[in-house]
Amino acid sequence: MPEPFDPRYDMTEAIAPAGGGGGGGGGGGPVDPAASGPQALKGGSILNGGPPRGPWRLPLPWRKEPGRRLGGPAAPTGRGLWTDAWHDLRRNPIFIVSALIILFLVVIAIWPQLIASGNPYHGDLAKAQDGPAPGHPFGYDLQGRDVYTRTVYGARASITVGICATLGAALLGSALGGLAGYFGGWWDALLSRIADVFFGIPILLGGLVFLSVVTSGSVWPVVGFIVLLGWPQISRIARGSVVTVKEHDYVQAARVLGASSGRTLLRHIAPNAVAPVIVVATIALGTYISLEATLSFLGVGLKPPTVSWGIDISSAAAQIRNAPHMLLWPAGALSITVLAFIMLGDAVRDALDPKLR
Amino acid sequence: MGRYTLRRLLQMIPVFIGSTFLIFFMVYALGDPVAALFGDKAPDPATAARIRKDLYLDEPLWRQYAHYMGQIFSGHFGTAFNGQPVTELMASAFPVTLRLTLVAVAFEMALGITLGVLSGLRRGRGLDTSVLLLTLVVVSVPTFVSGTVLQYLFGVRWGWASPSVSPEAPLTELLLPGVVLGLVSLAYTSRLTRTSIVENARADYVRTAVAKGLPRHRIVTRHLLRNSLIPVVTFIGTDIGALMGGAIVTERIFNIHGVGYQLYQGILRQNSPTVVGFVTILVIVFLLANLLVDLLYAVLDPRIRYA
Amino acid sequence: MAARLLDVRDLRVEFRTRDGIAEAVGGVSYAVDAGRTLAVLGESGSGKSVTAQAIMGILDSPPGRITGGQVLFQGRDLLTMGAEERRRIRGAAMAMIFQDALSALNPVVPVGAQLAEMYEVHLGMSRKDARRRAVELMDRVRIPAAAQRAGDYPHQFSGGMRQRIMIAMAMALEPDLIIADEPTTALDVTVQAQVMELLAELRREYAMGLVLITHDLGVVADVADTIAVMYAGRIVETAPVRDLYRRPAHPYTRGLLDSVPRVDHRGERLYAIKGAPPSPLALPSGCPFHPRCPRAQEVCRVERPPLYEVPAAGAAPASGGRTSACHFWKDELDALDAVNV
Repeated sequence: MPEPFDPRYDMTEAIAPAGGGGGGGGGGGPVDPAASGPQALKGGSILNGGPPRGPWRLPLPWRKEPGRRLGGPAAPTGRGLWTDAWHDLRRNPIFIVSALIILFLVVIAIWPQLIASGNPYHGDLAKAQDGPAPGHPFGYDLQGRDVYTRTVYGARASITVGICATLGAALLGSALGGLAGYFGGWWDALLSRIADVFFGIPILLGGLVFLSVVTSGSVWPVVGFIVLLGWPQISRIARGSVVTVKEHDYVQAARVLGASSGRTLLRHIAPNAVAPVIVVATIALGTYISLEATLSFLGVGLKPPTVSWGIDISSAAAQIRNAPHMLLWPAGALSITVLAFIMLGDAVRDALDPKLR
Repeated sequence: MGRYTLRRLLQMIPVFIGSTFLIFFMVYALGDPVAALFGDKAPDPATAARIRKDLYLDEPLWRQYAHYMGQIFSGHFGTAFNGQPVTELMASAFPVTLRLTLVAVAFEMALGITLGVLSGLRRGRGLDTSVLLLTLVVVSVPTFVSGTVLQYLFGVRWGWASPSVSPEAPLTELLLPGVVLGLVSLAYTSRLTRTSIVENARADYVRTAVAKGLPRHRIVTRHLLRNSLIPVVTFIGTDIGALMGGAIVTERIFNIHGVGYQLYQGILRQNSPTVVGFVTILVIVFLLANLLVDLLYAVLDPRIRYA
Repeated sequence: MAARLLDVRDLRVEFRTRDGIAEAVGGVSYAVDAGRTLAVLGESGSGKSVTAQAIMGILDSPPGRITGGQVLFQGRDLLTMGAEERRRIRGAAMAMIFQDALSALNPVVPVGAQLAEMYEVHLGMSRKDARRRAVELMDRVRIPAAAQRAGDYPHQFSGGMRQRIMIAMAMALEPDLIIADEPTTALDVTVQAQVMELLAELRREYAMGLVLITHDLGVVADVADTIAVMYAGRIVETAPVRDLYRRPAHPYTRGLLDSVPRVDHRGERLYAIKGAPPSPLALPSGCPFHPRCPRAQEVCRVERPPLYEVPAAGAAPASGGRTSACHFWKDELDALDAVNV
């Protein structure tokens, strides 16, 4: 019997993290953007010394992959894929807009003083729940703190959690998944079962339980938890993509020619297998930010005095009748941040995977 | 098919043990269930020791786990913070959450698949673009934000729906919360449907169907949809388990006395039997849903069935 | 003269790509009479499959678009016909056999049902009758235990059996014309012969016209009456099969023939046409073959050769005369005759 087929391999790809973009479905194993490269090269021409007869398939450039350029198929080293992708991205307005938003968010996460001179902790109870006033365009919250200043300072928690958790999950997941995919055997089987165990726990429930016992209120337990439950998803993608790339002729050739495992993995497989991981990780970043805010909203994630959109939304939700502005700004900022990362992931996926266009 | 089912069931067992042990470990090893019982007061050492013995807390962790699982499989889930047996809480909470989840799934299926199919068939047109944009926005707004806003607009501002749900949670009151719960999944369903349709529409077998001279509606329903909906159906199946676990936010916003509400109370009051009991059941539901999905997949796709 | 079965006139197809408009088919004309076989020969990207898709009405559009020409089928232009009328012709009066039967058959529908569908849709048969006919059909293409296997799915068959099912599907309504797009390319060499034989046999039995698209010169020699050679989206030579093999009137055709290994020429170096086929996005000026042509002159760079009439060697065949799109077709023939005499 072939290896057990798990429909969720496809689903995690398509639906990214606890939900994501909506990419490929159907077929077997994750979609690998690099897959078409070497095959395109393999198809010989009857005129170029290829065998005059035989069951090879002649590629018709526009038939299977309408989005692909007619001139040059992607080179098997992966460079063609990345150059092509960058070429596409620079012209994609969605990419430019989302990249600019993210750049802006990162800058104000590091230096919030640049655009907000106030103190996010300073409250003036006399002005509690007041609407916009000169110099305070978003109004005041329940404790008379400036909503604008707090919204700006809230970016830091979200961006820190998002980036750190994604980096952690991506590094851990692709290392484990990549090795499992490359070496196979018992280590692969064990890793798949361990990943299944983490998949068996609904992410929000796990977060509630874990963070209710690890109570520090800072960002690090939240980051640690997301890495803990996030890596299996990345490892599946990485595993599937390494398994696909490993089967390609040029990788087999490298192995036959005596390249060491390490060299094969790093020079030949990693550059071609990393694309799906990057795509899924980018989209995951957005949902991790959303997850952090949700946990903070439920009172188990970040806790005051940390300034977080989730906490502010939670306290504003109770006051929505009297002071909707308190909810509007942090909720808007949060949604735009998540949207920017998801759009970025979408754009990167489109660029790396011409088949899905 | 029988062997396939059996293999899947056997594969589920280690996953079940692993997942529940992980939860158990978090609550009983990382947390301190005895200290939690006493709240802010310092526990009397003698009493604490007795409770520890009663709960097998002085034993190694795997023995505690084995004991706890033994209890669960004989139907003893322990008592909640208010002295009620956890099983009683479950009996009242699970039907409510199940109803809520069904509303969400019905909404997700009806609207999500319809939108996905329509936009997939009209790729690149106005409807397609607006569905894509709409789903992007829906995915980006976290449930707790959309829930709060929709509750305010529909429940308070316009008075079209009741802003909070009574303890009996009749189906009519669950409509708005169900929509909120299913909103993000709806977006994924329609995107997945669209992608699947677009991918399959390019498939060679669709071209064959055209070359056979079949009418368009037959090509779409018999050939295109039959293939495209396989991943969608399996996604929705998996999602049922995830929605029940994720209902906690929605239940909190609308004050629904379901699983999420009880779980939340258990966590707030650090009542370990409630937390571990509910989570164990949810993990079982989640795993069973996945098992059913795998079987459904095999039924829908002959390539898997005969693999 | 009665209307020909299929008469393609000056067909043009272009593809819109991100890098510009590619002319995939640039004015192709060919014809098939009832009961005859036309082989369309060319390498990948020469536009032979795209032409077939345009005739069949299954071109991917976008990005493909028919920009000109006529496709006369039994005297009526398919391109100006209403969609519904054209649908009724597809599958019933003209059918297509695809290269890769595994992807061309629906993976989740039993093959019997996929065959029966033809009878249900085109003849309005009941499901039961249609199933019975489908099994008969599978029997006809020599699938063992047809009745039992009708409920199986495509992936459960071998490559050769799948291609037989593909052929059965095309034959189901005994069409007047069959277009076979590389029907044996994806098969093992031993199976190729069997499938080709079956196709030829059925064609004879039902007296159908056949357009056989291939890059395989070996397949062509046995079954075709006439051959059309395509290069860069154009016909470069049309000829009755014997004439083409003996006296090719275009340097490209000659290059193709010379690049096939032959038993009686063992030990000699195989000929290879230098260079690679041009990109449809940037076709060379004048004759598109001139950069690779051993006979190219200044005029080839500047002036696109028209299709010259070439006198047939022996008795004029029923399918019409010969043509060649080479300014120097005469020199080409003379050079050959000089060697052969």
